[in-house]
Amino acid sequence: MEAERNAGGERLLDVQGLTKIFGALKACDGIDLSIGKGEIHALLGENGAGKSTFVKMLFGALEPAEGRIFWKGEPVDIANPGAARHLGIGMVFQHFSLFEALTAAENIMLSLDEKIPIMKVAERARELSKTYGLPLDPFAHVGDLSVGERQRIEIIRCLLQKPDLIILDEPTSVLTPQEADRLFETLETLRDEGKSILYISHRLEEVKRLCDRATVLRHGKVVAHCDPRQETAASLARMMVGDEVAAVRRLEAPGGIGEALLEARSLSRPAANPFAVPLREVDLTVRAGEVLGIAGVAGNGQGELFEALSGEIQQADAASVRIRGRDAGRMGISGRRLLGAAFVPEERLGHGAVPQMRLSENLFLSRFKTDARSLLGPLWTVRAGALTKAAKRIVEMMDVRKSGEDPEAAALSGGNLQKFIIGRELDRQPSVMIVNQPTWGVDAGAAARIRQALIDLARSGSAVLVISQDLDELFEMSDAIAVMHDGRLSAPVPISEATFEKIGLLMGGAMPERHASEALEKA
Amino acid sequence: MMRLQLVKRPQHSAFFSAVSPLIALALTMIAGAIMFSVLGKNPLDALYYYFIDPLRETWSLHELAIKAAPLILIAVGLSVCFLSNNWNIGAEGQFIAGAIAGGILPVVFPDFQNVLVLPLMLIMGMIGGAAYASVPAFLKARFNTNEILTSLMLVYVAQLFLDWLVRGPWRDPGGMNFPETRDFHAFAILPELMPSAGRANWGIVFALLAAVILWFVLRKTLKGFEIRVLGQSPRAGRFAGFSASHMVMVSFLISGALAGLAGISEVSGAIGQLQPAISPGYGFTAIIVAFLGRLNPLGIVAAGFVLALSYLGGEAAQISIGLSDKAARAFQGMLLFFVLGCDTLIHYRIRLVGLSVAKTGETGAETNA
Repeated sequence: MEAERNAGGERLLDVQGLTKIFGALKACDGIDLSIGKGEIHALLGENGAGKSTFVKMLFGALEPAEGRIFWKGEPVDIANPGAARHLGIGMVFQHFSLFEALTAAENIMLSLDEKIPIMKVAERARELSKTYGLPLDPFAHVGDLSVGERQRIEIIRCLLQKPDLIILDEPTSVLTPQEADRLFETLETLRDEGKSILYISHRLEEVKRLCDRATVLRHGKVVAHCDPRQETAASLARMMVGDEVAAVRRLEAPGGIGEALLEARSLSRPAANPFAVPLREVDLTVRAGEVLGIAGVAGNGQGELFEALSGEIQQADAASVRIRGRDAGRMGISGRRLLGAAFVPEERLGHGAVPQMRLSENLFLSRFKTDARSLLGPLWTVRAGALTKAAKRIVEMMDVRKSGEDPEAAALSGGNLQKFIIGRELDRQPSVMIVNQPTWGVDAGAAARIRQALIDLARSGSAVLVISQDLDELFEMSDAIAVMHDGRLSAPVPISEATFEKIGLLMGGAMPERHASEALEKA
Repeated sequence: MMRLQLVKRPQHSAFFSAVSPLIALALTMIAGAIMFSVLGKNPLDALYYYFIDPLRETWSLHELAIKAAPLILIAVGLSVCFLSNNWNIGAEGQFIAGAIAGGILPVVFPDFQNVLVLPLMLIMGMIGGAAYASVPAFLKARFNTNEILTSLMLVYVAQLFLDWLVRGPWRDPGGMNFPETRDFHAFAILPELMPSAGRANWGIVFALLAAVILWFVLRKTLKGFEIRVLGQSPRAGRFAGFSASHMVMVSFLISGALAGLAGISEVSGAIGQLQPAISPGYGFTAIIVAFLGRLNPLGIVAAGFVLALSYLGGEAAQISIGLSDKAARAFQGMLLFFVLGCDTLIHYRIRLVGLSVAKTGETGAETNA
């Protein structure tokens, strides 16, 4: 192991014993890591393993409790992000910080320490974009750009500071497979120039492909330094999770595929604001016993589709959404729940649950109408006893780990809260279940459990619709996958015919016909 | 250059949350003592006249109830608004609107005299207050206007309208041109509870009833749940199937009706006629009461008596040691300042940052968010 750690040639960064404590939690516990010049170093770990905390300390956004950082052999104290940039550490965040109403060049200019005229910024941005294969129009408004293009702005913004070390936080989580390929080429160019990259991800295949060395974190501690090319995806996953993750089992539905339980017919919706996506003539059918997956790059109308299907936003045309054969387009979310539908939104805190309310109260949030008989007493009083009992049942069913009897939703980890929110709906035995991003930011163990629960629900005769940006997840769960792009939904591709490439092209906006004709030309 | 920044604490202390109103009260006493000594008064004397003297006599306890009743009535209504994230700052105007609407019967129809008059007046007062509150509520629900501005501006409209009424069309014909209406007749007077002991009237009973009922609604019922969910997380409220615009109307109508009831109770009880000024700022002071009582109707009852005491104490200090009546207002302002300050500091801590650091720190905070 020691030999591996020294393998990177000339050391750029050397971290020793870095520790950060939040209250009783050791988010990072004595982390050692070194990065050589011209190395792409992967930082692997589950959500909550301490990756973000570690990186924030490197970037000066958090102050370490213990440990030392050596930069080019010198001990350094990184007090704030400005100091980090000054040293030559640049960072591309997972969540972008761009103003949608401004142009790419204006956004770049805002982040620069010196005052440089806008034309000069645009020119330098254009040069960089040419050198590194990052096509970008500096005068395009960010609001009009795709997520991949927005990421390029962030990368160019970072490169303008001429960093020696670039930290990328989950860069491919928002990209199509083809966009990710282009990003990898850029990163390889940067490596060939002698720049170092710290690459944070939980996608094992791309780490194996791209990275020279990897450091695996679990529960705030380093569990291994390794060469990802010598490992298999399974062995890396084992290091991350600790033990084998139960594979999700997808059996044939015993009763076969049944009648249509959820239908959308020419579902359209104008954009609510200049940066929202309109829905354009969406058609979909989910039958009893079936899981339909909806893939797509973030921000192509998935959120709008969820709102329209759930009834958070109602339609003018009652027949545009049908639940169990009944026109539901003009019903509110409670009416649709009474028809047997259940919904799980993307955001857990602040949408699926009220952060400062207890679990039992959050159970009430989506169930007070459907379970009025058991949860409401005389004079519309809330039956606290019945609520606590039901909350306990869900906690046991989904194995929700929590501290205290009935904690506030915000006190749970993302994975455990998501298990509770999914369990809250499953507990009703819904005949239609619509889930947006079921396992976003959830650790592998909880994710497997959630996916299995959703598949089991479908196999018991319900219709399940899963909207997700995680293609692995969709391939694991779905019987068919449809793709959302720019507010349109493609025809579903049966799982037997679906490939990453096919779905990826649809995610990038390719029409199936055009795809076919291109293939003909090539032939 | 230095700058102050509020940083959210990872966890807040339950103990300090509970005692925060008491800390605020203590800090107000200290700051008040300093203010009194700067004004050249003995601070201990002043505090004695403020907080002890009014509690020594039965009649004066009755006066306390008279002052506390409108404060509690208005503040429990406001708690519904504030909990549901609707900022009704215009209770003073709704108080006046209720007094005017309720005053129509005894002033315009003085010959209509029977036992029905008082109940009708109270109902009309509530309707008047609710109707007046519905204006900013409708503007917010329909056009997304800022309810803080609209409700506040309507206070001045109500004050000037009342002023015009009592100087113009509603002036007492036999009142020697004083700007006031005729005295309310006997059927239009809110009865006193124990006439032999003091002046306290049924207003305090209404206030306590309203507090208990709203406490029950907020804590125990589906409606209370809806109010709290929409206040804390509008998006989760929409997911639950609650309507935020419906809640704007409901909360404003409830608080308007209670402010209107306070208004008509005040004029038919403590005053007995309409005058150009019928409130020493009850509608604004009630905002302090609501927060001092932690937006909990039972806490508001306690807070209402504390603020009522500051009114009485202000009068006592004015008479006995010649403090200006403005000192009482300043005192109340300090109390609100300390209440909000303590609450903020329980959830946030203060960090001093230099400007250059602040700039990069800020971008870091944004990007990490």
